[in-house]
Amino acid sequence: MSRAVRFMPLALLLLIIAALVWRLATPADTNVHSHMEGRAVPPFALPAALSGKPGLASADLATGQPRLVNIFASWCVPCIGEVKVLEQLQRRGVRIDGIAIRDRPADLTQFLAQNGDPYERIGSDSQSVVQIAFGSSGVPESFVVDGKGVIRYQHIGAIEAADIPAIMGQLEQAR
Amino acid sequence: MILCTPAFADSDLPPAYWSDRQLPNPRQEAQAQALMEQLRCLVCQGQSIADSDAELAGDMRDLVRRRIAAGDKPAAIRAWLIQRYGTWISYKPTAEPAAWPLWLAPIALLLIGAWLIRRRIRLKGES
Repeated sequence: MSRAVRFMPLALLLLIIAALVWRLATPADTNVHSHMEGRAVPPFALPAALSGKPGLASADLATGQPRLVNIFASWCVPCIGEVKVLEQLQRRGVRIDGIAIRDRPADLTQFLAQNGDPYERIGSDSQSVVQIAFGSSGVPESFVVDGKGVIRYQHIGAIEAADIPAIMGQLEQAR
Repeated sequence: MILCTPAFADSDLPPAYWSDRQLPNPRQEAQAQALMEQLRCLVCQGQSIADSDAELAGDMRDLVRRRIAAGDKPAAIRAWLIQRYGTWISYKPTAEPAAWPLWLAPIALLLIGAWLIRRRIRLKGES
């Protein structure tokens, strides 16, 4: 056996260790990205999540103006902080609609009273059906929908103050 | 792992109707079960939706059973989910180019093994 062949197992071992170290240093992205970007909003019609605010249907998302669809829930902790940022976006003229996942009207009313209410419409998705149709895998998530009702951008996790420029940019592009 | 932390706590709502309930038609239930075992849970990635206790997995089981009961083919439901989440959602390997090494690896390893054995036999014959 030649010297080169003899060292093959050691080289292979080092290669495997290098691969493992690399993956530890740069962990894989565990976010599930929606493949619905570039596609039309799936047809849906959700009932109102609480009294005094209309529900949400796919037709409401094709109004000629880009809109932000926020998938949230009153039982979702990161959503509490996100509402403040959504209100900032609203003050800049962003039209925001909500899809409340597995929520109760009473819980939602309390959540909005405590944290703020940037939503024009809120649809109640009590079995995550529309969430799955959007290709979303958790709360909170947000989708930029253009005036024709086509999904342009997905934001995974809470929108934070630092994300405002990116979101505004995506909304501008969707115009 | 992040998705499994308490920050993403569950809702107070009861599970969806068909999430933990078998379809009355045994043939349909078998179809649904087979499909659910091949669909990846979005929350506890690495589990199938048949195994996962996550609420979203329950809602996906409900969705699968409802569609099967309505007469949808399992392949159509799988395709519908792949359109939303990519091939990642399905444990059943596809024949797309990215998966070719997976299909070719066993053949390549067999060929290498055969070559090694052949060499051994030859070397023995010479000595």
